[in-house]
Amino acid sequence: MKPSSSRFPDNAAAALANPRLRAALDTLPGGLVAQRRAAVAAVPEFEALREAARAIRDATLDDLASHLEAFETKAISMGSKVHWASDASEACRIVLDICRAARARLVVKGKSMVSEEIGLNAHLEAEGLEVVESDLGEYIIQKRGETPSHIIAPAIHLTEADVAADFRAYHTHLPADRRLDTPQSLVAEARNVLRQKFLAADVGITGANFLVAETGSSIIVTNEGNGDLAQTLPRVHIVVATIDKVVPTLTEAMTLLRVLARSATGQDMTAYTTLATGPRRPGDLDGPEQSHIVLIDNGRSEMLASDMRDALRCIRCGACMNHCPVYNAIGGHAYGWVYPGPIGAVLTPSLLGIVETSHLPNASTFCGSCETVCPVKIPLVSLMRTWRERAKQQRLETWPARALSKLWISTATRPALYHLLARVAVAIGGALGRRKGRFSSLPFARGWLAHRELPAPQGRTFQQLWRETERGVPR
Amino acid sequence: MQAARAGLFVTCLIDLIRPSAGFAAARLIEGAGCTVVVPDRQTCCGQPAYNSGDRSGALALALQTVRAFADCDYVVVPSGSCAAMLKIHYPRLFANADAATQKDVSAFAAKVHELCAFLADVRHIDAVPGRYQGRVTYHDACSGLRELGIKSAPRKLLALVPGVDLNEMSEPEACCGFGGLFAEKYPGISNAIVTRKLDDATAADAGLLLAGDLGCLMNIAGKMSRTGCSVACRHIAEVLAGELSDPPIGRGPAEHP
Repeated sequence: MKPSSSRFPDNAAAALANPRLRAALDTLPGGLVAQRRAAVAAVPEFEALREAARAIRDATLDDLASHLEAFETKAISMGSKVHWASDASEACRIVLDICRAARARLVVKGKSMVSEEIGLNAHLEAEGLEVVESDLGEYIIQKRGETPSHIIAPAIHLTEADVAADFRAYHTHLPADRRLDTPQSLVAEARNVLRQKFLAADVGITGANFLVAETGSSIIVTNEGNGDLAQTLPRVHIVVATIDKVVPTLTEAMTLLRVLARSATGQDMTAYTTLATGPRRPGDLDGPEQSHIVLIDNGRSEMLASDMRDALRCIRCGACMNHCPVYNAIGGHAYGWVYPGPIGAVLTPSLLGIVETSHLPNASTFCGSCETVCPVKIPLVSLMRTWRERAKQQRLETWPARALSKLWISTATRPALYHLLARVAVAIGGALGRRKGRFSSLPFARGWLAHRELPAPQGRTFQQLWRETERGVPR
Repeated sequence: MQAARAGLFVTCLIDLIRPSAGFAAARLIEGAGCTVVVPDRQTCCGQPAYNSGDRSGALALALQTVRAFADCDYVVVPSGSCAAMLKIHYPRLFANADAATQKDVSAFAAKVHELCAFLADVRHIDAVPGRYQGRVTYHDACSGLRELGIKSAPRKLLALVPGVDLNEMSEPEACCGFGGLFAEKYPGISNAIVTRKLDDATAADAGLLLAGDLGCLMNIAGKMSRTGCSVACRHIAEVLAGELSDPPIGRGPAEHP
């Protein structure tokens, strides 16, 4: 997908001006956030689990190449074909070749963020394939021509009323007077429409939450069962996954699953946790004839060798964005690419470069909520700060911002000058603001004053008063 | 026995905007049995530079601060945000410095305490000079809460003030949207966040909102004045020390009978 992260301020302004989006986002605190809180409270050892999950991810990344080789060997021995893609275009080409070799016309997909990242749907559609998303949220936004606004709840920016209106517009073969006023009725309608697609599909594409080296399996977690149908009904199953998804053993994968669902949706486990290990074996009642696994790098090796390595621990639960005040205010689309919220503010510059994406790590209050909920303890604030340093080094800020920060440092590192200038500024500000105690407009601080008053100084600096009252004299 | 020397790190915002909160802090530290000193070689902790990606600027200010407080037993900071900068981020900034500098910085960091944590958890005070009749609510500023774990200290201290009735907001730990330069760089988003804080504060039905960080307080108070919200804002030190003669933050004398 074409990034619009460089237009973040405009994107955010549009989001803030959209009352329906705000209404949809207002459900987050009482929804995913409250659900996580309850789920975590029910597990006294949750902090220990977080630490265990972090350690598993770190240890795997330490020796990623050998775990990937082990996975490949085992997956091949279980009958899968393993493909390696260094970047998005290679990954898309591999998937297209598999589809063509299978003479496929209809592709049904489970939810996969990496397929968004590599622009897979557009690539396949341009080659004449029909691609149908089968996750309800993904189905809704695919019909709208939108991208996900959240990594686990792709249509979280929409209300039930939005979806009902869309379904009436798309599903014109159904009676116009049907009722679509409950979530249940919407789900039932989508299920009926999608069931036909599952049965007719030639190829099923899913992502992977984890790839287990020990068994050669991919694991997906869903709440709709669509992933199971996508990987068992069509003749060909293709897993697309980035190389950081590998986990050495099933036991370790289970530890990660315990923190994943609780952090994501507040469930103990998702409704479906599905392992796929190779194609249908003789005697199996169902399953695909071919199983392909496309392992995609697309910038991960570079991240692994960089100071952004910790971000590769991410297991894509979305808790950081659910708890982010900025995400809660503007939603995911404003971030302008696939991964929104705090993890997006770290990943997007890593994968696309900082030049076009420097707003993302800067547009954070650094409140730290994301770090306190991250199930694998990614130091998101520190990583965003590192990107701010890069942006600064590349002189990506505006010239007045650069000049002001230089002026501040050169003054603040000269205490006598600083205190003198502070006295003068505070005396002027105090005199002008004395009556009201605040300013409503000034020739500077326009951003601040657009929405709030600026409290006026009291008229003299603390340093000045302290010394005038002789409390500065050692007693 | 000689009283401990507590260096007051004033913070640039209190120095410039609200010295009365600084005097309140000094009074409380003295009440906790310390001699207060205010080194004049201190200016800004360097956090704005650090968080805007200017590592070298932050380093220069950090070194200046560490040296300014060399002869203090404690460094007390009436701001969780600046305290976290001094205590947690200074050692990180100097992670690649020479051994002697690192030693100085970690010794400095060990002496640093946020004001409320210092009074409640280091000096274990059991009385404060202030008294206040009415309902208040307390905003947990992000850095103090999440980087320094300050949650109970301000509440313990408020319980010592006769007349204070603390009524919590539903989300006292929610960010107010200040974020330093964030509020100026991304004003619309900041506004959306602070609006939620205002709604929460209003629902808490308190006449006074307190916090330990002037940055958050200027943001919340500034938004309250703009929207005509009647809740007043003060630094918690002012109520604890009974320094209430100045109008609340962002209010003029006419609004302070």
